[in-house]
Amino acid sequence: MPEQAPTARAKNFEEVASGYRLDDALRESERCLLCPDQPCVSGCPVGIDIPGFIRGVNERDLRGAYDILTRTSLLPAICGRVCPQENQCEGRCTVGQTLEPVAIGRLERFVGDAAIQQGWANVPHIEPNGFKVGIVGSGPAGMACAADMAKAGCEVTVYEAFHQAGGVLKYGIPDFRLPNPVVDAEIANLKKLGVRFECNTLVGRLFTLEQMIGEMGFDAVFVGVGAGYPTMLGIPGDSANGVLSANELLTRCNLMRGRDFPDFDTPQPIGRRVAVVGAGNTAMDAMRVSLRLGAEKVYCIYRRSRKEAPARAEEIHHAEEEGVEFHWLTHPVAVLDDGSGNVKGLRCVRMELGEPDGSGRRRPAPVAGSEFDFECDLVVYAIGTNANPIMGQTSRLRLNKRGYIDTDERLATSMAGVFAGGDIVTGAATVIKAMGAGRQAAAGMKAYLGIRDGDRPYDAGEDTVFGIDASERNFVRIRV
Amino acid sequence: MSNYEIVKREDFSDVTYLLEIRHPMMARAARPGQFVIVMLSEHGERVPLTIADFDREKGTVTLVIQAVGKTTRQMQRECQAGAFLYGLVGPMGIPTPPSHARKVICVGGGLGVAPVYPQAKALKEGGAYVIGVIGFRGKDLVFWEDKFRAICDEFIICSDDGSVGLHGRVTAGIEAALKKHSDVDEVIAIGPPIMMKSCADTTRPYKIKTMVSLNPIMVDGTGMCGGCRVKVGDEVKFACVDGPDFDGHRVDFDDLTMRLRRHSREERMALEHWEKGCRMQKSIDRAVGAAAGK
Repeated sequence: MPEQAPTARAKNFEEVASGYRLDDALRESERCLLCPDQPCVSGCPVGIDIPGFIRGVNERDLRGAYDILTRTSLLPAICGRVCPQENQCEGRCTVGQTLEPVAIGRLERFVGDAAIQQGWANVPHIEPNGFKVGIVGSGPAGMACAADMAKAGCEVTVYEAFHQAGGVLKYGIPDFRLPNPVVDAEIANLKKLGVRFECNTLVGRLFTLEQMIGEMGFDAVFVGVGAGYPTMLGIPGDSANGVLSANELLTRCNLMRGRDFPDFDTPQPIGRRVAVVGAGNTAMDAMRVSLRLGAEKVYCIYRRSRKEAPARAEEIHHAEEEGVEFHWLTHPVAVLDDGSGNVKGLRCVRMELGEPDGSGRRRPAPVAGSEFDFECDLVVYAIGTNANPIMGQTSRLRLNKRGYIDTDERLATSMAGVFAGGDIVTGAATVIKAMGAGRQAAAGMKAYLGIRDGDRPYDAGEDTVFGIDASERNFVRIRV
Repeated sequence: MSNYEIVKREDFSDVTYLLEIRHPMMARAARPGQFVIVMLSEHGERVPLTIADFDREKGTVTLVIQAVGKTTRQMQRECQAGAFLYGLVGPMGIPTPPSHARKVICVGGGLGVAPVYPQAKALKEGGAYVIGVIGFRGKDLVFWEDKFRAICDEFIICSDDGSVGLHGRVTAGIEAALKKHSDVDEVIAIGPPIMMKSCADTTRPYKIKTMVSLNPIMVDGTGMCGGCRVKVGDEVKFACVDGPDFDGHRVDFDDLTMRLRRHSREERMALEHWEKGCRMQKSIDRAVGAAAGK
C-alpha cells in the first residue's frame, strides 16, 4: 500500500498509508484462494463474509462488496484501518501459511473509502417497533449497538459527554491513523438509520440509568462508556509539570486540536525530548503524535522486551521508521524535576525477564545497581487504564472487584433492561472487540425486548424445522 | 447544536460577571458542590466552572466568572443575555454529601463566594446554624453580600484593604467566629488555593473538619485525562470524579498551586494572540466605519 516516507510523515498529521488504488486492490484480491474452510471468517470478531467481499472486489463490483461488508460490519472504513488483522482474519489466512496473508484489512478499507467517496449507504427498510433504546457513550461499542438496534426498528438515542460523537475514535486515535472525517462519515450513516446523537450529556450525573429506564421511558439501555481512567506510575515526581497521561496528550491534540494552538484555545504540551512509558497501541500513538508536534527525540520506555509489547507489529514498525528510539527492558523509577516543578529527566532501571507470570509473559525484574538518568522534558504515561467510576457512583449496577461492570454472557447487567459492553466490561481492549461487544449486547437486548432477530433465523441451516421464509423478513435491504 | 442560552448577565465589577444559562435538565440534576464545563466556541477550550446557583423552577444554572485568561475575557465580551454557549456539560463531580453538622462556617474568598453559596443555602435549609465569612480584596469587588445575609445566622465580611467590613483576610474572620463559638462542627472554604490553604492551616489546631473545593486544570472533566490529579494525604485523586470536595487538612496545596501554573506560558500566548486579533478587528472596524462615513 502506498505510504508517506517516514521522514516526511513524521512532520504532518496526514494519513500514513494513502490506501489502495483500484489496480492495487484488484491485484491483492486475486491472491485470495476463496478456500472452503474460510479460517479468516472465524478469526473475525464480527464474522464478516471475507471471501465474499473479496470476490466482489475481484469482480470490480465494489457496491456488491460494500453490501456484503455492511451486512455484518457497519464501519468498514474504520475497521479496515484500526483492527489488529494480524491476530484476527489475516492471522488465520490460508495463504499466510506459506506467503504474506491476503491484506484483508487494506481491502476492507478500500471498499469502505469507496463507499464514503461515492456516498453509498445501505439503509434498510425499517419498521418502527415502538421500543426506545438509549446508548451511553458514542464510541465503537455504542455505535455498533446503536446501528443494530436502529435496524431492528427501535428509536435510538446515543448520549456522549464530549461535544463531538465518536469516543476514542475521535479523542484517542490520531488523524494519521484514522482521520476524523472518516469517523464523521460513519456517524452520518448512523444518522441515516434514524439514530439521534446527544452530545454534552454526562449520563449518571445529568440523569441516571435508573431515570432512563424509569421516567425517561427507555425500554433498554446499553452502557459503553469505555475504561478511560488513566493509570499513573506512582513514582516520585509523578505530579511534576510535564508528566501527563497519553489520554491527556491525545485528547488535547486530536479532539481539542491543541496542535493548532493558539488558533484553537486548548494548550498543547510540547516536549523537545519526550519519554513515553508503555508499548501498547496508545503508547505508539502518543510517540508518533509527539514527533509530529515537533519533538526532536522520542523514547519508548518499556519494562519487557519487544516480543512482549502489546502494540500491533505494524504500529511498532511505523514508530521505529519515524525515528522513535526504543528502550526495551527499562523501567522508570523517578521523574527528575528542575527545582521549579518542571520535568528535567527520567531515572530508569534496567530489567531482566524471569519466569512467565499469569498473563503468560515473562515477568520483568529490576537489575540491581543498573539505575541511570537521561534527559527529557515531557513524560507520557501510556500504561493502561482503569474503570471509569461515574457509572458505579451514580447507579446500582453491580461492579466486579476491579470496578468494571459485571455482566452475564448476553452482556446483561444486574439492572433489568441495562446492558453493557466494551472496555467498561472487559478492561482496555481494541476497537473491533468493542464493536463486537456492542453487537452482542444488541442481540441480547433484542431477545430481552422480544424483537425477532432478523439476522439469525435465515442463516439457521438446512435442518431448521421451523425455517422462516425469506419473504417474511422483518426488514429488507434496499439501495438508496 | 448550541441550545444553551444565556438568559441573564450581571456584572459585579470590571472583572467579575454572572451568567445565568437555560438548561432545565441540569438545573434539576445539580447539587451543591458540583461543577460544569463550558465551551464558548467550536475552537474553544473546555473551562471547568463551579455551579454558583441553580433555579429548578426557571430551569437555569448560574455561573460566576472572573475574567483572567483568554477564554474568560472573551466570554466577558461575548456572553450577553440572548447569546448562546457552544457547549455546556454537567453537572460534574460528586455532590457535597449531606452534612449532619449543626454549626458550620462557610468561607468564600473572592470568586469562591459564588460556589460556597449553594452549600451555605443547603446547610441552612437542613437546619444548621450557618456562619458566613466572605472576603474580597476591596469594596469594589464585593458581590452577593445581601444573598449571604439572607441565609446566614451570622455574617462576617472581610477585605484585604479594610475598605469594607473586617480589615484582613478571611482567616481573621474564621478566628473571630471560632473565638465566639467553641462548638463549630465543620468549616467549608472555597476560593483561591492559597486562601483555602490558609483556612485549613487556621482550623488545623482546632481539629475542625475543613472541606475545600478544588478546581485544577482539566480537559474532559469525566475522569479520562488525569490532568486534574491532586495529592490528598498519600493518595492521588482526580478532582473531576473523586472530588471536587476534599478534606482540606489532607490536600497538598503546594502541589496544586504548582500544577495550576503548568500552562502559564501558553495562557499568556493565547491572551496576546486574542488581543492582537481584537485590536486588528477594531482597526478594521474603524477603517470600515471611516470609509463608510466618506
